[in-house]
Amino acid sequence: MRKVAILGIGQTPVGEHWNKSMLELAGEAIFGALQDSGVETVDAIFVGNMLSGILEKQEHLGTLIADWVGMRGTEAVKIESACSSGAVAFRNGLIAVASGEIDKALVVGVEKMTDSLPGTTTAALATAADADWEIIHGLSFVGLNALIMQRYMFEYGWKHEDFASFSINAHANGVHNPNARFRAPISKEQYLKAHIIASPISILDSSPIGDGAAAALLVPADRVFSIEGKPKIIIAGSASATDSLAVHDRKDPLWLSAAEISAKKAYNQAGVTPDNIDFFELHDAFSIMAALSLEACGFAERGQGPRLALDDEITIQGRIPVATRGGLKARGHPIGATGMYQIVEVVQQLRGECGETQIAGAKIGMAQNIGGSGATIATHILRVE
Amino acid sequence: MEIARHWRLKKQRYALVGEVCPHCHAKLFPPRDVCPECGGEAKTPYTFSGRGKVYSHTTIYNAPEGFQEFAPYTVALVKLEEGPMVTAQLTDLGDQEVEIGMPVEMVTRRLRTDGDERGLLVYGYKFRPLELYQVAAAD
Ligand SMILES: [Zn+2]
Repeated sequence: MRKVAILGIGQTPVGEHWNKSMLELAGEAIFGALQDSGVETVDAIFVGNMLSGILEKQEHLGTLIADWVGMRGTEAVKIESACSSGAVAFRNGLIAVASGEIDKALVVGVEKMTDSLPGTTTAALATAADADWEIIHGLSFVGLNALIMQRYMFEYGWKHEDFASFSINAHANGVHNPNARFRAPISKEQYLKAHIIASPISILDSSPIGDGAAAALLVPADRVFSIEGKPKIIIAGSASATDSLAVHDRKDPLWLSAAEISAKKAYNQAGVTPDNIDFFELHDAFSIMAALSLEACGFAERGQGPRLALDDEITIQGRIPVATRGGLKARGHPIGATGMYQIVEVVQQLRGECGETQIAGAKIGMAQNIGGSGATIATHILRVE
Repeated sequence: MEIARHWRLKKQRYALVGEVCPHCHAKLFPPRDVCPECGGEAKTPYTFSGRGKVYSHTTIYNAPEGFQEFAPYTVALVKLEEGPMVTAQLTDLGDQEVEIGMPVEMVTRRLRTDGDERGLLVYGYKFRPLELYQVAAAD
Protein backbone atom coordinates (compact mmCIF):
# COMPACT_ATOMS: atom_id res chain seq x y z
CA MET A 1 0.00 0.00 0.00
CA ARG A 2 1.20 3.52 -0.81
CA LYS A 3 1.59 6.21 1.81
CA VAL A 4 -0.98 8.98 1.21
CA ALA A 5 -0.76 12.74 1.79
CA ILE A 6 -3.33 15.52 1.98
CA LEU A 7 -2.44 18.05 -0.70
CA GLY A 8 -5.16 20.64 -0.17
CA ILE A 9 -8.28 21.51 1.83
CA GLY A 10 -11.42 23.64 1.44
CA GLN A 11 -14.51 24.46 3.48
CA THR A 12 -17.56 26.71 3.68
CA PRO A 13 -18.77 28.34 6.88
CA VAL A 14 -21.35 26.17 8.69
CA GLY A 15 -24.65 27.99 8.88
CA GLU A 16 -28.17 28.52 7.60
CA HIS A 17 -27.37 29.10 3.95
CA TRP A 18 -30.85 29.90 2.65
CA ASN A 19 -29.32 31.55 -0.39
CA LYS A 20 -27.16 28.57 -1.37
CA SER A 21 -28.02 25.12 -2.69
CA MET A 22 -26.43 21.83 -1.65
CA LEU A 23 -24.48 21.86 -4.92
CA GLU A 24 -23.20 25.40 -4.42
CA LEU A 25 -21.96 24.50 -0.95
CA ALA A 26 -20.21 21.36 -2.22
CA GLY A 27 -18.72 23.37 -5.07
CA GLU A 28 -17.29 26.03 -2.75
CA ALA A 29 -15.49 23.43 -0.64
CA ILE A 30 -14.26 21.52 -3.70
CA PHE A 31 -12.94 24.60 -5.53
CA GLY A 32 -11.27 25.67 -2.29
CA ALA A 33 -9.50 22.32 -2.02
CA LEU A 34 -8.49 22.30 -5.70
CA GLN A 35 -7.09 25.83 -5.49
CA ASP A 36 -5.24 24.98 -2.28
CA SER A 37 -3.80 21.91 -4.04
CA GLY A 38 -2.92 23.66 -7.28
CA VAL A 39 -4.68 21.05 -9.41
CA GLU A 40 -7.68 21.28 -11.75
CA THR A 41 -8.81 17.73 -12.27
CA VAL A 42 -8.98 14.57 -10.18
CA ASP A 43 -9.35 10.83 -10.86
CA ALA A 44 -12.24 10.12 -8.51
CA ILE A 45 -14.70 11.98 -6.28
CA PHE A 46 -16.00 10.55 -2.99
CA VAL A 47 -19.00 12.35 -1.49
CA GLY A 48 -19.86 11.92 2.18
CA ASN A 49 -23.54 12.70 2.77
CA MET A 50 -26.38 11.25 4.82
CA LEU A 51 -29.63 13.12 4.19
CA SER A 52 -29.79 14.35 0.58
CA GLY A 53 -32.34 11.65 -0.30
CA ILE A 54 -34.68 12.42 2.60
CA LEU A 55 -34.33 16.19 2.98
CA GLU A 56 -33.43 17.36 -0.54
CA LYS A 57 -35.17 14.51 -2.42
CA GLN A 58 -31.93 14.03 -4.29
CA GLU A 59 -29.84 10.88 -4.54
CA HIS A 60 -27.18 9.94 -7.08
CA LEU A 61 -25.20 12.72 -5.48
CA GLY A 62 -21.67 11.67 -6.46
CA THR A 63 -22.44 11.97 -10.14
CA LEU A 64 -24.44 15.19 -9.73
CA ILE A 65 -21.55 16.88 -7.89
CA ALA A 66 -18.97 15.66 -10.43
CA ASP A 67 -20.97 17.35 -13.18
CA TRP A 68 -21.56 20.51 -11.07
CA VAL A 69 -17.82 21.09 -10.57
CA GLY A 70 -17.08 20.59 -14.26
CA MET A 71 -15.77 17.05 -14.02
CA ARG A 72 -18.40 15.22 -16.06
CA GLY A 73 -16.91 11.84 -16.93
CA THR A 74 -14.95 11.47 -13.68
CA GLU A 75 -15.72 8.46 -11.47
CA ALA A 76 -17.83 9.55 -8.46
CA VAL A 77 -19.83 7.97 -5.67
CA LYS A 78 -21.79 8.99 -2.56
CA ILE A 79 -20.94 7.20 0.69
CA GLU A 80 -23.43 7.08 3.54
CA SER A 81 -22.93 5.99 7.14
CA ALA A 82 -25.07 8.48 9.06
CA CYS A 83 -23.07 11.16 10.93
CA SER A 84 -19.82 9.34 10.09
CA SER A 85 -20.39 9.64 6.32
CA GLY A 86 -17.64 12.27 6.02
CA ALA A 87 -14.83 10.27 7.64
CA VAL A 88 -15.91 7.04 5.97
CA ALA A 89 -15.87 8.77 2.57
CA PHE A 90 -12.39 10.10 3.44
CA ARG A 91 -11.25 6.58 4.32
CA ASN A 92 -12.58 5.29 1.00
CA GLY A 93 -10.64 7.98 -0.84
CA LEU A 94 -7.56 7.01 1.15
CA ILE A 95 -7.96 3.31 0.32
CA ALA A 96 -8.33 4.18 -3.39
CA VAL A 97 -5.08 6.17 -3.45
CA ALA A 98 -3.17 3.81 -1.15
CA SER A 99 -4.05 0.86 -3.37
CA GLY A 100 -2.50 2.47 -6.45
CA GLU A 101 -5.78 2.45 -8.36
CA ILE A 102 -6.36 6.22 -8.06
CA ASP A 103 -3.75 9.00 -8.06
CA LYS A 104 -5.83 12.03 -7.13
CA ALA A 105 -8.91 11.44 -4.95
CA LEU A 106 -11.17 14.33 -4.02
CA VAL A 107 -13.29 13.80 -0.92
CA VAL A 108 -16.10 16.18 -0.04
CA GLY A 109 -18.57 16.00 2.82
CA VAL A 110 -21.75 18.00 2.27
CA GLU A 111 -25.11 18.38 4.00
CA LYS A 112 -28.05 20.71 3.33
CA MET A 113 -30.37 20.70 6.34
CA THR A 114 -32.07 24.04 6.76
CA ASP A 115 -34.46 23.75 3.81
CA SER A 116 -36.62 21.51 6.04
CA LEU A 117 -38.78 22.11 9.12
CA PRO A 118 -37.27 21.08 12.49
CA GLY A 119 -39.63 18.09 13.00
CA THR A 120 -38.75 16.76 9.54
CA THR A 121 -35.03 17.12 10.23
CA THR A 122 -35.42 15.42 13.63
CA ALA A 123 -37.22 12.48 11.98
CA ALA A 124 -34.62 12.31 9.21
CA LEU A 125 -31.74 12.23 11.71
CA ALA A 126 -33.49 9.45 13.60
CA THR A 127 -33.04 7.18 10.57
CA ALA A 128 -29.45 6.72 11.79
CA ALA A 129 -30.96 4.50 14.52
CA ASP A 130 -32.91 1.25 14.22
CA ALA A 131 -36.26 2.01 12.53
CA ASP A 132 -38.23 -1.05 13.67
CA TRP A 133 -36.93 -1.29 17.26
CA GLU A 134 -35.94 2.23 18.34
CA ILE A 135 -37.51 4.88 16.14
CA ILE A 136 -41.03 3.39 16.18
CA HIS A 137 -41.02 4.10 19.92
CA GLY A 138 -40.64 7.84 19.35
CA LEU A 139 -36.95 8.00 20.07
CA SER A 140 -35.14 11.00 18.62
CA PHE A 141 -31.40 11.12 18.05
CA VAL A 142 -31.08 13.33 21.11
CA GLY A 143 -33.21 10.81 23.02
CA LEU A 144 -30.78 7.99 22.27
CA ASN A 145 -27.87 9.98 23.62
CA ALA A 146 -30.01 11.00 26.60
CA LEU A 147 -30.61 7.34 27.49
CA ILE A 148 -26.86 6.75 27.47
CA MET A 149 -26.11 9.93 29.47
CA GLN A 150 -28.77 9.21 32.11
CA ARG A 151 -27.37 5.75 32.82
CA TYR A 152 -23.78 7.04 32.70
CA MET A 153 -24.54 9.66 35.36
CA PHE A 154 -26.26 7.00 37.50
CA GLU A 155 -23.44 4.48 37.07
CA TYR A 156 -20.50 6.81 37.73
CA GLY A 157 -22.11 9.43 39.98
CA TRP A 158 -21.65 12.47 37.73
CA LYS A 159 -24.01 15.43 37.86
CA HIS A 160 -25.27 17.22 34.77
CA GLU A 161 -23.15 20.30 35.56
CA ASP A 162 -19.99 18.16 35.45
CA PHE A 163 -20.32 18.08 31.64
CA ALA A 164 -20.40 21.90 31.31
CA SER A 165 -16.70 22.30 30.49
CA PHE A 166 -17.04 20.32 27.24
CA SER A 167 -19.48 22.89 25.85
CA ILE A 168 -17.72 25.91 27.37
CA ASN A 169 -14.37 24.81 25.85
CA ALA A 170 -15.90 24.18 22.42
CA HIS A 171 -17.57 27.61 22.33
CA ALA A 172 -14.42 29.36 23.60
CA ASN A 173 -12.48 27.85 20.67
CA GLY A 174 -15.25 28.43 18.13
CA VAL A 175 -15.00 32.19 18.73
CA HIS A 176 -11.75 32.15 16.71
CA ASN A 177 -12.96 29.99 13.80
CA PRO A 178 -14.46 32.08 10.95
CA ASN A 179 -16.21 28.94 9.67
CA ALA A 180 -17.93 28.11 12.97
CA ARG A 181 -21.70 28.33 13.24
CA PHE A 182 -21.55 29.83 16.77
CA ARG A 183 -18.81 32.31 17.52
CA ALA A 184 -19.93 33.43 20.98
CA PRO A 185 -18.57 32.05 24.26
CA ILE A 186 -20.96 30.51 26.80
CA SER A 187 -20.80 30.64 30.59
CA LYS A 188 -21.43 27.99 33.20
CA GLU A 189 -24.56 29.92 34.26
CA GLN A 190 -25.92 29.76 30.71
CA TYR A 191 -25.17 26.03 30.59
CA LEU A 192 -27.00 25.39 33.86
CA LYS A 193 -30.08 27.36 32.75
CA ALA A 194 -30.34 25.90 29.23
CA HIS A 195 -33.62 24.36 28.16
CA ILE A 196 -33.91 20.56 28.25
CA ILE A 197 -34.57 18.76 24.92
CA ALA A 198 -34.50 15.16 26.15
CA SER A 199 -33.64 14.80 29.83
CA PRO A 200 -30.85 15.08 30.96
CA ILE A 201 -29.61 16.62 27.67
CA SER A 202 -30.07 20.37 27.24
CA ILE A 203 -29.67 22.57 24.20
CA LEU A 204 -26.15 23.46 25.45
CA ASP A 205 -25.11 19.78 25.56
CA SER A 206 -26.12 19.47 21.91
CA SER A 207 -24.40 20.43 18.70
CA PRO A 208 -26.40 22.54 16.24
CA ILE A 209 -27.22 21.20 12.80
CA GLY A 210 -26.39 23.38 9.81
CA ASP A 211 -25.59 23.53 6.12
CA GLY A 212 -21.98 23.03 5.17
CA ALA A 213 -19.31 21.35 3.06
CA ALA A 214 -15.64 20.54 3.56
CA ALA A 215 -13.20 18.87 1.18
CA ALA A 216 -9.68 17.48 0.88
CA LEU A 217 -7.51 16.21 -1.96
CA LEU A 218 -5.55 12.98 -1.43
CA VAL A 219 -2.46 12.01 -3.41
CA PRO A 220 0.46 9.57 -3.03
CA ALA A 221 2.84 10.98 -0.41
CA ASP A 222 5.94 10.60 -2.59
CA ARG A 223 4.56 13.23 -5.01
CA VAL A 224 4.23 15.93 -2.34
CA PHE A 225 7.02 18.17 -1.13
CA SER A 226 7.05 20.15 2.07
CA ILE A 227 7.24 23.89 1.48
CA GLU A 228 7.51 26.88 3.77
CA GLY A 229 4.24 27.39 5.65
CA LYS A 230 2.71 24.30 4.08
CA PRO A 231 4.26 21.18 5.59
CA LYS A 232 3.66 17.76 4.10
CA ILE A 233 0.80 16.11 5.97
CA ILE A 234 0.39 12.36 5.73
CA ILE A 235 -2.31 10.00 6.93
CA ALA A 236 -0.49 7.89 9.50
CA GLY A 237 -3.49 5.90 10.72
CA SER A 238 -7.00 5.16 9.45
CA ALA A 239 -9.59 2.68 10.66
CA SER A 240 -13.33 2.27 10.89
CA ALA A 241 -15.35 -0.13 13.04
CA THR A 242 -18.98 -0.95 13.81
CA ASP A 243 -21.27 -1.83 16.70
CA SER A 244 -24.98 -2.67 16.82
CA LEU A 245 -27.18 0.09 15.40
CA ALA A 246 -29.54 -0.12 18.38
CA VAL A 247 -28.20 0.97 21.77
CA HIS A 248 -30.23 -1.80 23.48
CA ASP A 249 -28.34 -4.49 21.55
CA ARG A 250 -24.91 -3.47 22.90
CA LYS A 251 -23.01 -5.54 25.43
CA ASP A 252 -22.21 -2.32 27.30
CA PRO A 253 -24.23 0.74 26.23
CA LEU A 254 -21.78 2.99 28.12
CA TRP A 255 -18.73 1.93 26.13
CA LEU A 256 -17.97 2.97 22.52
CA SER A 257 -16.42 -0.30 21.39
CA ALA A 258 -16.20 0.86 17.76
CA ALA A 259 -14.17 3.86 18.98
CA GLU A 260 -11.84 1.58 20.90
CA ILE A 261 -11.37 -0.80 17.94
CA SER A 262 -10.78 1.92 15.33
CA ALA A 263 -8.54 4.02 17.61
CA LYS A 264 -6.34 1.04 18.53
CA LYS A 265 -5.92 0.12 14.87
CA ALA A 266 -5.05 3.71 13.98
CA TYR A 267 -2.55 3.96 16.88
CA ASN A 268 -0.86 0.75 15.72
CA GLN A 269 -0.63 1.90 12.11
CA ALA A 270 0.85 5.24 13.19
CA GLY A 271 3.12 3.63 15.77
CA VAL A 272 1.85 5.96 18.51
CA THR A 273 -0.01 5.83 21.82
CA PRO A 274 -2.56 8.31 23.19
CA ASP A 275 0.38 10.10 24.89
CA ASN A 276 1.77 11.08 21.47
CA ILE A 277 -1.44 12.72 20.22
CA ASP A 278 -1.07 16.52 20.33
CA PHE A 279 -4.80 17.27 19.92
CA PHE A 280 -8.04 15.42 19.23
CA GLU A 281 -10.95 16.57 17.07
CA LEU A 282 -13.57 14.35 18.68
CA HIS A 283 -17.25 13.90 17.87
CA ASP A 284 -18.91 16.07 20.52
CA ALA A 285 -22.40 15.85 18.99
CA PHE A 286 -23.48 15.69 22.64
CA SER A 287 -21.31 16.29 25.70
CA ILE A 288 -21.74 12.64 26.76
CA MET A 289 -20.20 11.53 23.44
CA ALA A 290 -17.08 13.62 24.12
CA ALA A 291 -16.66 11.86 27.48
CA LEU A 292 -17.21 8.37 26.04
CA SER A 293 -14.86 9.04 23.13
CA LEU A 294 -12.03 10.18 25.44
CA GLU A 295 -12.46 6.99 27.46
CA ALA A 296 -12.65 4.55 24.54
CA CYS A 297 -9.57 6.13 22.91
CA GLY A 298 -7.46 5.76 26.03
CA PHE A 299 -7.29 9.38 27.24
CA ALA A 300 -9.34 8.71 30.38
CA GLU A 301 -10.26 5.74 32.54
CA ARG A 302 -13.69 4.20 32.08
CA GLY A 303 -16.30 6.51 33.63
CA GLN A 304 -13.78 9.34 34.09
CA GLY A 305 -14.13 11.30 30.82
CA PRO A 306 -15.72 14.34 32.52
CA ARG A 307 -12.70 14.57 34.84
CA LEU A 308 -10.50 15.71 31.92
CA ALA A 309 -12.92 18.52 31.18
CA LEU A 310 -13.28 19.55 34.84
CA ASP A 311 -9.48 19.68 35.21
CA ASP A 312 -9.08 21.87 32.07
CA GLU A 313 -7.09 19.12 30.32
CA ILE A 314 -9.12 19.57 27.11
CA THR A 315 -8.34 23.27 26.54
CA ILE A 316 -5.73 24.52 24.05
CA GLN A 317 -3.14 24.57 26.86
CA GLY A 318 -4.27 21.23 28.35
CA ARG A 319 -2.89 17.72 28.01
CA ILE A 320 -5.28 16.73 25.20
CA PRO A 321 -6.94 19.73 23.53
CA VAL A 322 -10.28 18.85 21.88
CA ALA A 323 -12.67 20.79 19.63
CA THR A 324 -9.85 23.23 18.86
CA ARG A 325 -11.90 24.93 16.10
CA GLY A 326 -15.14 24.75 18.05
CA GLY A 327 -15.96 21.08 17.60
CA LEU A 328 -19.43 19.93 16.63
CA LYS A 329 -20.81 22.00 19.52
CA ALA A 330 -19.73 25.42 18.18
CA ARG A 331 -18.46 24.88 14.62
CA GLY A 332 -21.71 22.99 14.03
CA HIS A 333 -22.71 19.50 12.94
CA PRO A 334 -23.70 19.40 9.26
CA ILE A 335 -24.06 15.61 9.55
CA GLY A 336 -22.41 14.06 6.45
CA ALA A 337 -19.93 16.95 6.22
CA THR A 338 -18.79 16.86 9.84
CA GLY A 339 -16.11 14.19 9.42
CA MET A 340 -14.51 16.23 6.63
CA TYR A 341 -14.58 19.43 8.73
CA GLN A 342 -12.66 17.50 11.38
CA ILE A 343 -10.02 16.41 8.84
CA VAL A 344 -9.72 19.94 7.45
CA GLU A 345 -9.31 21.34 10.97
CA VAL A 346 -6.60 18.82 11.86
CA VAL A 347 -4.74 19.89 8.71
CA GLN A 348 -5.11 23.56 9.71
CA GLN A 349 -3.60 22.84 13.14
CA LEU A 350 -0.70 20.88 11.63
CA ARG A 351 -0.05 23.73 9.19
CA GLY A 352 -0.08 26.24 12.03
CA GLU A 353 -3.01 28.23 10.61
CA CYS A 354 -5.18 28.40 13.73
CA GLY A 355 -4.20 31.77 15.22
CA GLU A 356 -5.63 32.20 18.72
CA THR A 357 -6.35 28.49 19.10
CA GLN A 358 -3.12 27.25 17.52
CA ILE A 359 -1.46 24.43 19.48
CA ALA A 360 2.23 25.29 19.58
CA GLY A 361 4.36 22.73 17.76
CA ALA A 362 1.47 20.39 16.92
CA LYS A 363 2.83 17.48 14.87
CA ILE A 364 0.28 14.66 15.35
CA GLY A 365 -3.48 15.19 15.33
CA MET A 366 -6.39 12.76 15.61
CA ALA A 367 -9.96 13.00 14.32
CA GLN A 368 -12.84 10.72 15.24
CA ASN A 369 -16.24 10.73 13.55
CA ILE A 370 -19.18 8.85 15.07
CA GLY A 371 -22.18 7.58 13.12
CA GLY A 372 -25.44 7.11 14.99
CA SER A 373 -25.03 6.75 18.74
CA GLY A 374 -21.74 4.84 18.31
CA ALA A 375 -22.60 2.27 15.62
CA THR A 376 -19.97 3.37 13.06
CA ILE A 377 -16.80 5.07 14.26
CA ALA A 378 -13.90 6.10 12.03
CA THR A 379 -10.59 7.31 13.48
CA HIS A 380 -7.81 9.09 11.59
CA ILE A 381 -4.34 10.12 12.69
CA LEU A 382 -2.57 12.80 10.62
CA ARG A 383 1.03 13.82 11.08
CA VAL A 384 3.56 16.26 9.72
CA GLU A 385 6.29 14.43 7.84
CA MET B 1 -48.07 3.53 4.66
CA GLU B 2 -45.80 0.52 5.18
CA ILE B 3 -48.71 -1.78 6.12
CA ALA B 4 -46.85 -5.00 5.38
CA ARG B 5 -43.83 -3.85 7.34
CA HIS B 6 -45.85 -3.35 10.52
CA TRP B 7 -47.95 -6.50 9.91
CA ARG B 8 -44.79 -8.65 9.68
CA LEU B 9 -43.81 -7.56 13.20
CA LYS B 10 -47.18 -8.24 14.86
CA LYS B 11 -45.95 -11.15 17.02
CA GLN B 12 -43.06 -9.10 18.31
CA ARG B 13 -45.04 -5.91 18.80
CA TYR B 14 -48.13 -7.49 20.44
CA ALA B 15 -46.67 -10.45 22.32
CA LEU B 16 -42.91 -9.92 22.69
CA VAL B 17 -42.12 -13.07 20.73
CA GLY B 18 -38.38 -13.33 20.31
CA GLU B 19 -36.12 -16.32 19.98
CA VAL B 20 -34.07 -18.72 22.02
CA CYS B 21 -30.81 -19.89 20.51
CA PRO B 22 -30.83 -23.71 20.18
CA HIS B 23 -27.03 -23.77 20.50
CA CYS B 24 -26.16 -21.54 23.49
CA HIS B 25 -29.69 -20.96 24.89
CA ALA B 26 -29.36 -17.18 24.75
CA LYS B 27 -32.74 -15.42 24.73
CA LEU B 28 -32.99 -12.93 21.88
CA PHE B 29 -35.25 -9.93 21.36
CA PRO B 30 -35.87 -8.67 18.76
CA PRO B 31 -35.48 -11.91 16.78
CA ARG B 32 -32.56 -12.18 14.36
CA ASP B 33 -31.31 -14.97 12.16
CA VAL B 34 -27.82 -15.21 13.65
CA CYS B 35 -27.29 -15.47 17.41
CA PRO B 36 -25.06 -12.55 18.52
CA GLU B 37 -23.77 -14.64 21.43
CA CYS B 38 -22.46 -17.73 19.59
CA GLY B 39 -22.86 -16.97 15.87
CA GLY B 40 -25.12 -19.98 15.34
CA GLU B 41 -28.45 -19.98 13.53
CA ALA B 42 -31.27 -18.93 15.86
CA LYS B 43 -34.87 -19.38 14.71
CA THR B 44 -36.71 -21.03 17.64
CA PRO B 45 -39.54 -18.74 18.85
CA TYR B 46 -39.62 -17.75 22.51
CA THR B 47 -42.26 -15.62 24.23
CA PHE B 48 -40.95 -13.20 26.83
CA SER B 49 -42.75 -12.61 30.14
CA GLY B 50 -42.97 -8.86 29.51
CA ARG B 51 -41.49 -8.06 32.92
CA GLY B 52 -38.31 -6.10 33.38
CA LYS B 53 -36.59 -3.14 35.00
CA VAL B 54 -35.78 0.35 33.78
CA TYR B 55 -32.09 0.49 32.78
CA SER B 56 -32.29 4.11 31.64
CA HIS B 57 -34.92 6.67 30.68
CA THR B 58 -35.42 10.05 29.05
CA THR B 59 -38.31 12.46 28.66
CA ILE B 60 -38.50 13.77 25.12
CA TYR B 61 -39.70 17.36 24.65
CA ASN B 62 -38.71 17.92 21.01
CA ALA B 63 -40.38 15.00 19.25
CA PRO B 64 -39.75 13.75 15.72
CA GLU B 65 -42.45 14.06 13.06
CA GLY B 66 -45.19 11.50 13.76
CA PHE B 67 -44.79 11.69 17.55
CA GLN B 68 -45.39 15.38 18.25
CA GLU B 69 -48.95 14.71 19.50
CA PHE B 70 -47.52 12.63 22.37
CA ALA B 71 -44.80 15.06 23.57
CA PRO B 72 -43.54 15.21 26.21
CA TYR B 73 -43.24 11.45 26.62
CA THR B 74 -40.83 9.07 28.34
CA VAL B 75 -38.74 6.48 26.53
CA ALA B 76 -36.80 3.84 28.41
CA LEU B 77 -34.32 1.07 27.93
CA VAL B 78 -35.99 -1.86 29.70
CA LYS B 79 -33.88 -4.81 30.78
CA LEU B 80 -36.19 -7.82 30.44
CA GLU B 81 -35.96 -10.42 33.22
CA GLU B 82 -34.84 -13.01 30.64
CA GLY B 83 -31.81 -10.88 29.72
CA PRO B 84 -32.28 -8.78 26.57
CA MET B 85 -32.82 -5.04 26.61
CA VAL B 86 -35.61 -3.32 24.64
CA THR B 87 -36.39 0.29 23.81
CA ALA B 88 -39.97 1.31 24.60
CA GLN B 89 -42.11 4.14 25.91
CA LEU B 90 -43.24 4.15 29.53
CA THR B 91 -46.96 4.70 30.00
CA ASP B 92 -49.59 4.97 32.77
CA LEU B 93 -47.05 6.82 34.89
CA GLY B 94 -49.44 9.24 36.58
CA ASP B 95 -47.42 11.33 39.02
CA GLN B 96 -44.84 8.62 39.51
CA GLU B 97 -41.18 9.66 39.11
CA VAL B 98 -39.32 7.33 36.79
CA GLU B 99 -36.24 5.79 38.37
CA ILE B 100 -33.51 3.48 37.16
CA GLY B 101 -34.23 -0.01 38.49
CA MET B 102 -38.00 0.55 38.59
CA PRO B 103 -39.93 -2.70 37.82
CA VAL B 104 -42.18 -2.45 34.76
CA GLU B 105 -44.41 -4.70 32.68
CA MET B 106 -45.41 -4.74 29.04
CA VAL B 107 -48.77 -3.44 27.81
CA THR B 108 -50.13 -2.85 24.31
CA ARG B 109 -50.73 0.74 23.24
CA ARG B 110 -50.88 2.88 20.12
CA LEU B 111 -47.32 3.74 19.06
CA ARG B 112 -48.10 6.25 16.32
CA THR B 113 -50.52 7.34 13.63
CA ASP B 114 -49.27 7.48 10.08
CA GLY B 115 -50.74 10.36 8.12
CA ASP B 116 -54.13 11.96 8.90
CA GLU B 117 -57.25 10.57 10.66
CA ARG B 118 -57.57 8.00 7.86
CA GLY B 119 -53.97 6.89 8.35
CA LEU B 120 -52.58 3.64 9.72
CA LEU B 121 -52.64 3.18 13.51
CA VAL B 122 -49.54 1.33 14.66
CA TYR B 123 -49.89 -0.61 17.92
CA GLY B 124 -47.16 -2.23 19.96
CA TYR B 125 -45.56 -2.66 23.36
CA LYS B 126 -45.06 0.02 25.96
CA PHE B 127 -44.21 -0.59 29.63
CA ARG B 128 -46.00 0.56 32.76
CA PRO B 129 -44.86 0.58 36.41
CA LEU B 130 -45.45 -2.86 37.90
CA GLU B 131 -46.03 -1.82 41.51
CA LEU B 132 -48.44 0.99 40.68
CA TYR B 133 -50.63 -1.41 38.76
CA GLN B 134 -50.60 -4.02 41.50
CA VAL B 135 -51.53 -1.47 44.18
CA ALA B 136 -54.36 -0.12 42.04
CA ALA B 137 -55.64 -3.64 41.33
CA ALA B 138 -55.65 -4.50 45.05
CA ASP B 139 -57.78 -1.46 45.98
ZN1 LIG C 1 -26.34 -18.75 20.50
